[in-house]
Amino acid sequence: MSTPRLSEPLGQPIRGPRALGESWPRFWQLTYNIARSEFKLKFFGSALGYLWQVMRPLLLFGVLYVFFVLVFHVDRAKGAAGHVYGAQLLGSIVLFTFFGEATGGAVRSVVDRESLVRKIQFPRLAIPASVTLLAAFNLALNLVVVMIFAVIAGVRPMWSWFELPLIIAMLALLASGVAMLLSALFVRFRDISPIWEVFSQILFYASPVILPAEAVRSELGHGHLDHILYHVYTLNPLVTIFQQFRHAMINGATLSAGQIMGSWLALLEPIALVVIIFVLGFWIFNREAPHIAEDL
Amino acid sequence: MFDDEMVPGRRPAVAAQDVHKRFKIPEERSHTLKERALHPLRRSRHDELYALKDISFSVAPGEFFGIVGRNGSGKSTLLKCLAGIYRTDRGKIWCNGRLSTFIELGVGFNPDLAARDNVALNGIMLGLSPREARARYDSVIEFAELEEFQELKLKNYSSGMNVRLAFSVAIQVDADILLIDEVLAVGDAAFQQKCFDVFTRMRDEGRTIIFVTHDMGAVTRFCHRAMLLERGEMVMIGDPGDVADRYLELSFGRNVGYDEPDLASPRMGDGAARVSEVWLGDDRAEHRTVALQSEPLTLNVLVRFNSHVVNPAVSLTLLNEHNQPVVVATTSDEHEESGGYQEAEVAVFSFSMHNMLAPGRYHPVVTITRRGDGLDVIDRFTRDMSFVVTGKSASGGMVEIPVQTEVNRWGILHPDLIQQAPEA
Repeated sequence: MSTPRLSEPLGQPIRGPRALGESWPRFWQLTYNIARSEFKLKFFGSALGYLWQVMRPLLLFGVLYVFFVLVFHVDRAKGAAGHVYGAQLLGSIVLFTFFGEATGGAVRSVVDRESLVRKIQFPRLAIPASVTLLAAFNLALNLVVVMIFAVIAGVRPMWSWFELPLIIAMLALLASGVAMLLSALFVRFRDISPIWEVFSQILFYASPVILPAEAVRSELGHGHLDHILYHVYTLNPLVTIFQQFRHAMINGATLSAGQIMGSWLALLEPIALVVIIFVLGFWIFNREAPHIAEDL
Repeated sequence: MFDDEMVPGRRPAVAAQDVHKRFKIPEERSHTLKERALHPLRRSRHDELYALKDISFSVAPGEFFGIVGRNGSGKSTLLKCLAGIYRTDRGKIWCNGRLSTFIELGVGFNPDLAARDNVALNGIMLGLSPREARARYDSVIEFAELEEFQELKLKNYSSGMNVRLAFSVAIQVDADILLIDEVLAVGDAAFQQKCFDVFTRMRDEGRTIIFVTHDMGAVTRFCHRAMLLERGEMVMIGDPGDVADRYLELSFGRNVGYDEPDLASPRMGDGAARVSEVWLGDDRAEHRTVALQSEPLTLNVLVRFNSHVVNPAVSLTLLNEHNQPVVVATTSDEHEESGGYQEAEVAVFSFSMHNMLAPGRYHPVVTITRRGDGLDVIDRFTRDMSFVVTGKSASGGMVEIPVQTEVNRWGILHPDLIQQAPEA
């Protein structure tokens, strides 16, 4: 029973599981359909259907609004845009909800879909990608609520609304990068889940959700240490993204992302960070993908 | 091994060369970042388990190929490597054609969604495009006989309905190569038969099927060729019957084939005749050790007479694994006057029955007696040999006798009658 050495391939080689696979359409179809069925479950799953999904950011908004506006008058802080502060707060909450759902939901996603991973061959990346996509569906619906709220609060249509796709794209890139990173690492390190919960909380307060970036800058003063601290603060890509959302979508008088960074060129820093996180996330996921089925 | 009979220039449906797969079994697995951070230099020690070693084979297009082996022999790992679920550590695998894997039915089914969504989702996971999945929905529902339950959520389905739906989706995937794990063969006997009918149909359509199983009955019935794995290594590849024999040898830890009679050993009886061989089936050279349920079963006893014997009776007792006699038969019932036999004459006494035995191992005991009280034993053949009955019907009884059932409702008892008969 000697085995002849083969110089030519005998067909399509089977290389084992990978993050993406050969076919983009298949990756997209899987991602879309997993996300769609999950969305359907949430939408039609309970008696009040999607109301709950929209209520979550609204409830958080209500609590924060009562506490920080009615009690502490944050809306009068520097750069808080007074009358439309509420719309900015709600908008930022909705954006952060997307980020939180996409990343927090991704952590356990691959492990929770163990039966899928162990029993069929498919592009592994479809799992965390579908979590991000599901969060994006929710974001789309929530943004409608935000914009209705904004118009009621007195915001009028602006040309800068066309920046929205760019802002969302940047946020989605960041969220999916983190999602890939977390879901791949969780297979090996099960304490990623509580660690990320805490980290996510920190990010919530370290981003311009409640406090506008301008208020942070003026609070920090002009000392050397303050300067470094502020720089660290602005490195967080969420700061740039949320701030630009507040500027472009709600109130043009609010400082833009470029302005809080000092110059448009400085924006390259957070943008580079987003790209790095995305590439790192993909690289790690891609490296882990072939043996996820064995490590579960 | 690459097939000699393969047409030159024609590519195999699936080919594997020098496939190795090993699993790391960590002694103590650090599952947290904390441990990794506290002990950055501690290297995690692990044992390595070779799940597959140097496996090479090829499957021709249209072939029904069986992979058999005991638990832990690596057969499911091999299937997962072929399917692309595991990455091989070494070696190459090729396929020609669309490949579909049935390791489990209904992968990705969501109990909270109705049939339509699940069919779409499951179909896409199995490799259909969304359009194909939608287009085939009606035929899926029709095959599964679930027309009336389409709007029901899957969690309200019975397990049988679930399996039917899942199987219907699976067979809609028009793959050229099907990888099927035995766990597919769950469900009741009727469903299993349906599965096999479909596989047979697919085989006849010229699709290639690679089938992992324990069931030697299925292997000998369906496969063109089979491969036996043991501890990750290929023991043999070839005729399904031979592979089934080797598998049974391995599983039962001893040779279940019929030994050459050891004429020197002391035996019961006066030696006027000797049972020299017992075999199963029509062909003596075949050395069959497996009998399929619900098919004719014949045991042949070759007797060599050493002196003149008149009207001998040969009786057969089949003992099951618990040494219980399940079948007892004797030639003297039908052939009382079996005639006179001369010295050095050889005769075959056959016992044929419809195989209604429960699956398991059987041990034939053959006794030759002189006609009369049956106590005058000429020879008794009890040596360590047996055959295995395989089949799908395993009710738990000692035999699988077809039973017709009927229900007659007699109505409700009159209250007076109930009171009158408290003792009854």
